[in-house]
Amino acid sequence: MPPDSETVAEQVFVALADPSRRAILAALAAEGPATATDLAGRLPITRQAIAKHLALLAEAGLVTAQPGERRRVRYRLRSAPMQVAQQFLAALARDWDGPLGALKDHLDKSAHGPGPAGATKL
Amino acid sequence: MGFPDRIERTVEVAHPPAKVWAALTTAEGLAAWFGNEATIDLRPGGSARMRWAEGHVAEMRVERVEEPTVFGFTWHIYGLPEDDPRRTYVEFTLEPAGAGTRLTVVESGFAQLPEDTYHKAFDGNTQGWASELGELVAYLDAA
Repeated sequence: MPPDSETVAEQVFVALADPSRRAILAALAAEGPATATDLAGRLPITRQAIAKHLALLAEAGLVTAQPGERRRVRYRLRSAPMQVAQQFLAALARDWDGPLGALKDHLDKSAHGPGPAGATKL
Repeated sequence: MGFPDRIERTVEVAHPPAKVWAALTTAEGLAAWFGNEATIDLRPGGSARMRWAEGHVAEMRVERVEEPTVFGFTWHIYGLPEDDPRRTYVEFTLEPAGAGTRLTVVESGFAQLPEDTYHKAFDGNTQGWASELGELVAYLDAA
């Protein structure tokens, strides 16, 4: 069954709730694809823990594995789930109350002020 | 429960629909309360643009123009890449209410998924994970 957007977003938020996983994602975002060993060298996280986190991130679709030389798997960031989560953040961040309040003020001001609406701005 | 796909607000304003309509659908009106600068080609398919003093720009496409009751446009979902095709739809509905107007704004489409591209990409990536991770764990255990 394909994941619905809510499931995808939840996995993103669960992934991001953990500081080690945020560090792994940030490292992949900042410096590009890396192996688990590379990540263990760069971050204060054990290789075993990195493997566990990468498994969770892969399940959430947030990283993808690229087979490399000598059977070393490189992980790279996948942005598609982030963009689904971003849509939800966009809904939560959408502020209609502010602009509607400004619209009311504008209508009230231009009703009592002299001249056309454009002339009374600021 | 769940994330909102649709945001709805209703406000009562003490001005007739014609006046509210002008505030919503003219460059002068939009620039006075919404953006800091605005342009609008008021017809279905026409473009509109708002710019804020801090540099943010919103490009809109006018979808519905039924003076003075319905004005609808789509715009880009804030935070998604510029070339992402997903857009939300914003619709203002104006109803006379006494001497004033009941104005409702509905913005919808936040939870949409581009089914084809997204699911293809996602399914492609979730296959083969058991074996990849098995190899990874074996590698780490050996190291």
